[in-house]
Amino acid sequence: MVRVVFEFSGGMELLFGNQKVVEADVPQHNGEQQLTVAAAMAWARDNLLTERPELFMKGSSVRPGVLVLLNDTDWELCGELEAAVADGDRVTFISTLHGG
Amino acid sequence: MVRQCVHCTSQRAVLRRPKTAEPLCRECFYAALEQEVHETISAARLFKPGERVAVAASGGKDSTVLAHMLTTLNARHGYGLDLFLLSIDEGISGYRDDSLETVKRNEAQYQIPLHVFSYKDLYGWTMDEIVAAVGTKSNCTFCGVFRRQALDRGAALVGADKIATGHNADDVAETVLLNILRGDVPRLGRCANIITGEDSPLPRVKPFKYTYEKEIVMYAYFKKLDYFSTECIYSPFAARGFAREFVKDLEAARPRAIVDLIRSAEQFRVPGGSGSGSSSTGGKAVALPQPGNCQRCGYISSQPVCKACILLEGLNKGLPRLGVSRTRRTPKGPAAEAAAAADAAAANGLPAAAGAAADAPLARGQAGTCCAGQGSCSGSSSRQPAQPCCAGGTCSSSLPAADGAAAASAPAAAAAAAADTNGGGGFAYLQNKAAIASHPSARQLAD
Repeated sequence: MVRVVFEFSGGMELLFGNQKVVEADVPQHNGEQQLTVAAAMAWARDNLLTERPELFMKGSSVRPGVLVLLNDTDWELCGELEAAVADGDRVTFISTLHGG
Repeated sequence: MVRQCVHCTSQRAVLRRPKTAEPLCRECFYAALEQEVHETISAARLFKPGERVAVAASGGKDSTVLAHMLTTLNARHGYGLDLFLLSIDEGISGYRDDSLETVKRNEAQYQIPLHVFSYKDLYGWTMDEIVAAVGTKSNCTFCGVFRRQALDRGAALVGADKIATGHNADDVAETVLLNILRGDVPRLGRCANIITGEDSPLPRVKPFKYTYEKEIVMYAYFKKLDYFSTECIYSPFAARGFAREFVKDLEAARPRAIVDLIRSAEQFRVPGGSGSGSSSTGGKAVALPQPGNCQRCGYISSQPVCKACILLEGLNKGLPRLGVSRTRRTPKGPAAEAAAAADAAAANGLPAAAGAAADAPLARGQAGTCCAGQGSCSGSSSRQPAQPCCAGGTCSSSLPAADGAAAASAPAAAAAAAADTNGGGGFAYLQNKAAIASHPSARQLAD
């Protein structure tokens, strides 16, 4: 189990029962040592998301237009889907698709 | 896997810039983005010292970052602008009320005044009431048409010279695609302009035209700017649907795609249209609407009666499909009304003739031949009815901008032209504050 702090903002929280921050213990896949962002994301979709999963993910990644940060750093600098999520890490999903 | 900022090389990078792929730290990112917007503003000469600029504010990410950025740059570079926030309250409970609270906080945070205008005050209808009357199929048409006029009316009431909007690069790229898909040639020719307003009384500027949505959102996130994001309760996620998603897909594959779309649109030359080089293309002329004024409310309109007045008439008469259905229908039929408008305008010298003529059967399809002095030519201005606007060339483009309604080209020229033909410097109807505050076609409410 890895303790992950999920943050949802920019309208993304609307898909997660209006919760902006969720702390959760995310299980690793069978036998794997590390939790990846890809696995954490899929877990959030299956366990935390309350509606319209297609607005969160497309295929095995986020829907284009959703920004992802790992500990406040653009996931593009961390290895994107393959980035490792350690105990206590913060994964942030920000929608840019919502209007004002 | 810690990456250092390529600019200062001392701090840890927090994001990769989509346009340049550079990893930057927070401070270097702020500086780079602010400098870029400043350069956009300077290069396009978006503002002049002393101008009163309305920042169209919805409380969303783009307008919140715009308000922050403009107040910052105004102070840093001494633009000398008198900035204020302008918000429109569509009257959508549970949606706009919340975002207006955000704008009210922005007023305090950025120390610039806020003015709010509501559909209820301007038109006599809230969006909630409109949806109750028309349902949720065409409600966005009403909202879009009304918002555009509401911003202009609000800005005019508080004496703005210009409206700045938060449209970003992603928005512009989407619009380019949508106009291609719709085959909307006139709009395609101008949608990537950084200054627009051919069909508005006030110029509109887009300081974020080249700014990626990702960077706007990252800027707001790192600076912890107070913005509101939700979906309109009447149109969840509908706004621009597939075009939006397509642009994001393109960006994911190749981030430069967004700016490339904008650049390509800037290269479009619409035959007979606004923008430069139109006469040299040799292409088939496209009849572009000529600016005129709505007979009822005076708002700038290419038709004898503007869209807002038609929609309001439908609402007020309990015929909400009026003006919404695909085929344009006015109560008398377009030809009759247009002809009447042309007659009326010819009689009293109003510029409505420009819009009317463009719609009249006589003028339709004559873009290549002009009216040859038959009096219906939109370019020939009511002051010189006997003189054709051109000698058999394309009517709408090859005219010198010297005379009134002839100028369909640059927004400034169009604005000046319309002002000129109104005979009194500036849009006559905008001088009458009372008339702006209460739309002439508004539902008259019993007290």
